[in-house]
Amino acid sequence: MTHIEPISPLSGLDPRDRGGPLQPLLSIQGLKKYFHSAGSTWFGSQSVVRAVDDISFDIHKGETLGVVGESGCGKSTTARLLMHLIKPDQGEIIFDGEKVGIDIPLTEFRRQVQMVFQDSYASLNPRLTIEDSISFGPRIHGVHESKARFIAHDLLARVGLDPSRFAGRYPHELSGGQRQRINIARALALNPRLLILDEAVSALDKSVEAQVLNLLQDLKEDFGLTYMFISHDLNVVRYMVDRVMVMYLGSIAEIGDGETVFSTPAHPYTKALLASMPSMDPDQPTREAPLSGDPPNPINPPSGCRFHPRCIVAEAACSQKRPALETTRHKKSMAACLLQNRDTSIPFPSIKVSGQ
Amino acid sequence: MTPSQALETQPVIARSPGYWHGVIKRFSRNHVAMGALIVILGLILMAVFAAYIAPADPIKGSMLRRLKPIGTPGFPLGADELGRDMLSRLIYGARLSLLMGLSPVPIAFMIGSLLGITAGYVGGLTNSLIMRTIDVFYAFPSVLLAVALSGALGAGLTNALISITLVFIPPITRVAESVTTQVRGLDYIDAARASGAHSFTIIRVHILGNVLGPIFVYATGLVSVSMILASGLSFLGLGVRPPDPEWGLMLNTLRTAIYTQPLVAALPGAMIFLTSIAFNILADGLRGAMDVKS
Repeated sequence: MTHIEPISPLSGLDPRDRGGPLQPLLSIQGLKKYFHSAGSTWFGSQSVVRAVDDISFDIHKGETLGVVGESGCGKSTTARLLMHLIKPDQGEIIFDGEKVGIDIPLTEFRRQVQMVFQDSYASLNPRLTIEDSISFGPRIHGVHESKARFIAHDLLARVGLDPSRFAGRYPHELSGGQRQRINIARALALNPRLLILDEAVSALDKSVEAQVLNLLQDLKEDFGLTYMFISHDLNVVRYMVDRVMVMYLGSIAEIGDGETVFSTPAHPYTKALLASMPSMDPDQPTREAPLSGDPPNPINPPSGCRFHPRCIVAEAACSQKRPALETTRHKKSMAACLLQNRDTSIPFPSIKVSGQ
Repeated sequence: MTPSQALETQPVIARSPGYWHGVIKRFSRNHVAMGALIVILGLILMAVFAAYIAPADPIKGSMLRRLKPIGTPGFPLGADELGRDMLSRLIYGARLSLLMGLSPVPIAFMIGSLLGITAGYVGGLTNSLIMRTIDVFYAFPSVLLAVALSGALGAGLTNALISITLVFIPPITRVAESVTTQVRGLDYIDAARASGAHSFTIIRVHILGNVLGPIFVYATGLVSVSMILASGLSFLGLGVRPPDPEWGLMLNTLRTAIYTQPLVAALPGAMIFLTSIAFNILADGLRGAMDVKS
């Protein structure tokens, strides 16, 4: 690996680019992962958790794709499936036109796609110094030790930490924000093209979170990165993303241009999710929670549309037929709802988005 | 911060001080653990130079001098039930006792760690296979198992050592497996896998450093158990044979004198106690020193 050169968005494309800007960087087709619950294999029927149930989406070059949804909707499982940390049951992952594992070897794929985890402490080996943690990736890809250390120091500076002060330290000596910067540096050490940020800023306090988000924006430009940004914080997602994907119970409810989805959501679930955001205006507080209860058990998901038991506009047909993703009226997004193109105004509580 | 200003010259970056450097520094600051280390080194020296230190022959006895109390002229620590000098026997006893206490543990540590780390890292069927086999050994009390193995292998020092080693493998494997399973689930292992590292590299860099400490500390605690087990085997005629001096065996043969000369009879026990507590404190000190947070 050569020394990491900043790639300006204007200076042309990444030399590793194959299909040009229009070919998706990552294309997911029919991805499925069912977890078989342990313990019930010997006696009785085995229960199956449909963590990710047949999802397809693209991540375009240079964009930030946000992934939102309640806990347990399959966001993190999707991320881990993309990284091949867990094996998909079914489905294809195509990276810049090449099938992962067939056209492009897994090792090479992993060099180009890296991940930042939520728990900044658990994702750093407590026994390694910061520079050892960061230089581990380059080292295993055959970079000479002193060169790898140079990369580590360079990246430390890039993520805003003074290498002379931090290189020899251990993770427990640092704050959460500093550790997450280190995790970002570690992910960048392999010079990836796609960075999966799995709740990467969720555990940080608000002021540090803002700093890290700005850092991520800067790094994206400097390195010509593409982000998959997983979060449950809708404000943060709205600030960060170009496109957004809303997941519900292992499937995609709505996907499309971020601004379109946030301002004119087509799926009742998206609307409910947006309406659940606390209001930033004290004169117009959010009075009622539009979504009640927990998501249904993914072991026995509801028939038809997964959302229909909690949906206040659901009709009889919703429990029969599982809706496919269809282009919405606004053309810039797709939603999986049978009723989306009805002209009935859906009687949801007023949807307020802070900062608007 | 602008990216272009980041380190234009290729500097020679010195490696930060290593991990073991820190361990030694932290350990030397712990005075109690340093004391335990000195005691252990003293015991080892005593065993090595027994022939030069011991005032008398540890084997030669006399019926006239049986069970002399501590402080008898010529017998600073008294004499045992066959009139042999206790001080000399205790000094010579360090040889066999330390051998029997120390040698099974490192071997069991290596085999147990290998099995446990493999089971914990690979998981699934391999884990079940290894751990269920280990559970079979767990069904027997350790003394009984040691006696049975030693009896099956035949009497003798080597066979006694082998049987004690075999007895220690299951508990060490257990500890190794549980610690490894715990570490295996942490995000930094996933991060290492995501960077494309092979299992062997991940185990070497990320697993070993984080699991060997706890396993090692547990194994160090087994040193004292090993000495007691060895003495039990010797008592049954499966390990050290009389008249060879060994603390466990001496404790057993002197038990008949517990009412006539309680202090003399307790001396071998005191040596075992001293050795085992020194090893326990050492283990504790090492655990503290190996923890980068202290």
